[in-house]
Amino acid sequence: MVKIEINGQVVEAKEGSMLIDVADQANIAIPRFCYHKKLSIAANCRMCLVEVEGAPKAMPACATPVTDGMKVLTQSQKAKGAQKNVMEFLLINHPLDCPICDQGGECELQDVALEYGDDVSHFNEGKRVVADKDIGSLIQTDMTRCIHCTRCVRFGQEVAGMMELGATGRSEWMEIGTYIEKSVSSEMSGNMIDLCPVGALTSKPFRYSARPWELQSHPTIAPHDSIGSNIVIHAKGNEVKRVVPAENESVNEVWISDRDRFSYEAIHSEDRLQTPMIKNKGQWQDVDWETALAFVADKLKAYAETFPDQVGVLAAPNATLEELHLLQKMARGLGIENLDHRLRQSDFRLDAVQPHSEKAVQPHLNLSFDGLENQDLVLLVGSWLRKEIPLLNHRLRKAGQKGAGIWAINPETFDFNYDMTQIASDQWLLKLAGLVKTVAEKTGHQSDLPQWVAQSEVDTEVETLAQQMIEAENVSVMLGQIAQTDAHYTELVQLSACLEAWTGANLSIVPLSANTVGAQQVGFLPLKGKNAEQMLSSRTRMYLNFGLEPEKDLADGQLALNAMRQAEFVVNMTAFDSETQRDYADVLLPISTFAETAGSFVNAMGRLQSFKMAIEPVNDAKPGWKVFRVLGNLLGLDGFDQTNAAQVRSDIALTPLSPDFQSLEAAKAPEQSAIVTTEQINIYAVDAMVRRSPSLQATPDAKSA
Amino acid sequence: MIAFLKHQVKSFGFTELFKGLAVTGKYLFKSKITVRYPEEKTPLSPRFRGKHALRRYENGEERCIACKLCEVVCPANAITIESEERKDGTRRTTQYDIDMFKCIYCGFCEEACPVDAIVETRVFEYEFHERGSHIMTKEDLLAFGDEHETQIAADRAADAKYR
Repeated sequence: MVKIEINGQVVEAKEGSMLIDVADQANIAIPRFCYHKKLSIAANCRMCLVEVEGAPKAMPACATPVTDGMKVLTQSQKAKGAQKNVMEFLLINHPLDCPICDQGGECELQDVALEYGDDVSHFNEGKRVVADKDIGSLIQTDMTRCIHCTRCVRFGQEVAGMMELGATGRSEWMEIGTYIEKSVSSEMSGNMIDLCPVGALTSKPFRYSARPWELQSHPTIAPHDSIGSNIVIHAKGNEVKRVVPAENESVNEVWISDRDRFSYEAIHSEDRLQTPMIKNKGQWQDVDWETALAFVADKLKAYAETFPDQVGVLAAPNATLEELHLLQKMARGLGIENLDHRLRQSDFRLDAVQPHSEKAVQPHLNLSFDGLENQDLVLLVGSWLRKEIPLLNHRLRKAGQKGAGIWAINPETFDFNYDMTQIASDQWLLKLAGLVKTVAEKTGHQSDLPQWVAQSEVDTEVETLAQQMIEAENVSVMLGQIAQTDAHYTELVQLSACLEAWTGANLSIVPLSANTVGAQQVGFLPLKGKNAEQMLSSRTRMYLNFGLEPEKDLADGQLALNAMRQAEFVVNMTAFDSETQRDYADVLLPISTFAETAGSFVNAMGRLQSFKMAIEPVNDAKPGWKVFRVLGNLLGLDGFDQTNAAQVRSDIALTPLSPDFQSLEAAKAPEQSAIVTTEQINIYAVDAMVRRSPSLQATPDAKSA
Repeated sequence: MIAFLKHQVKSFGFTELFKGLAVTGKYLFKSKITVRYPEEKTPLSPRFRGKHALRRYENGEERCIACKLCEVVCPANAITIESEERKDGTRRTTQYDIDMFKCIYCGFCEEACPVDAIVETRVFEYEFHERGSHIMTKEDLLAFGDEHETQIAADRAADAKYR
């Protein structure tokens, strides 16, 4: 630690840290544009010039390391003069079109110009004009406004891992652009909008629709992946206008994925279901909630009394904890045991191997996001993590930058944004088997191997990986979406369990949806009944679907659709209307999206995060938990008297998950069956909301499916 | 004694009365400063703040760019604006309402406007005959602006050197 003096105030600082960081911690304001705490130091805007005693010239605070006894003045004549002059230079080519600029009101350049700038300029010549670039459906460019801080360029290089934007030319002719005409395709590109201190990069869907001072902020949690990103919904009146990240270092740092940022478009889409509807003799009729709920309660009761084992309850894994809890409580109260949230899973044999319990093998990240950054070796099994959970991939990328070896065993070679070794093969299960075999041989567990594993072939790559896994200290094995939806999920988990047992690796089945972990914790699982696949393939007379579109959200869409058509009575509780569901459903109940309900999500590492209602439900929609509360009372069940979401939450007994893979012995691995290729679920097709965001659907990622 | 006599003369000579009547008489024949409204009207300053109008450029394009500065500066919250990106890519309003009952005619909107779009005209004689008609919509404001553009432009020009 060293002691320095800023404006006469003595501040303790770590040696070698930059002056601007130290000043920030001491709450001493220094203006800046190019400096960002999550990006490398460029020191090219020169706005943070301060006077350092003894130095002949003003020094940039962002690139000046502190030394003991340093005396810094941020408000001296010299410092102020330097800042004022830099501001004048920055404004030479800035168009000052604030009245039509979307950044107006939240613009760093505006703020700093007001505070540190002068109201006259010596520059009387013509300003330059730069052509705008079309870089896709998410980001709008107004390149004339650019002040060349290069935050976006550095973000691309250092965080997104793909240098899509760059600076060409120098001085007056410097331009930020893609060089060749193309869109920015990073799955977290939206962060550039936040990073841009001026209005050069702004949100395209938000364009010209509101001013920052008109917006109310509503902190909430993002519902599209298991990160549980902290976000802030900006609403004008009762309309969500945009979504921006909230800082939470242990969850999403300062970033959010494009999926979380732009999915809000679906909230006010024309597809929203307007009112409760009942199908009467093939004709859809708008009804009020009382009628609809009384009708559903009657039917539900009738079916539950006569055929309790032929009623299926399916819920999306991004429903809130409260909704899932009340739904399972209601279903179980009626004697219905066919509950499932594992919609995309096709192999449920693990349920038989291991009954549900706290220690059951289920999706749960067995290390923190920070912990992932400190791994020495990470093996992804069946995962294109980058498009599954962009922010978890970012953590893994950081681990790689710290020197971790990253490997993947996948059905094909995927495009990752960091250096890694991918073992890609159609027969990827056998590659994993080969790895297990090698590890077994090296650790003396050959006798534990089932025949087909012992017979698998091993190539040099697999051998290297096995060796490294045994040698490295902190090893993590993560099973991704492809593994979880694969027909060999059981084998994959069991083989991975062997790796955990024999190399001491940390094994995680990565939860994919916002509340996958929560759904397990409230027991939204077929503990005694049929799982999703069994419901669909056996005779089920009635379905209650919560927040999903069976034809798109279930593993086998066609099978699901047929099952729905064959069922006698289908209740769809959904935020969105669609022709397909009107065909098979009998009752449609409009429920609210995550923005219009209070609730909680449990993220991948088991962190419970609650959020409040950001806007009132649009149209006649109702929050799911309220609907279940009323249904529960109509059905005469006990324990449905909650008046708010917090009361529902206090009713839930959450059991922390700690999957124990030890009980899965490799020898128990069933005979391996035919290899079926599993398809990667498109990043922008994971749930009904994302599928209805026009901007996301217009990205190259959505089209590549 | 003398004082007493002075007082008597003043009281019985009606001097005060004639003094007063002299003033009355003077004003009786002097030219009048009152005007016979509505036949006659007082002259108005170019800065007069009356009924609002939205202006256009000479080519017919509306001036307003939906920056919403007038909306935010309005102390009476009388202005409501909704904006969008028009098909040609420009920033425009879809709604521009002024509630004339809320308006306090302070002129801040005019002052805040970077493009001289919203102005207050010399028109102060207006009334509303139907409920709801006190809200002037964008169409009303533009039409009113078109009607009075010559006067508005002349007023801006007259005041330009003081701005």
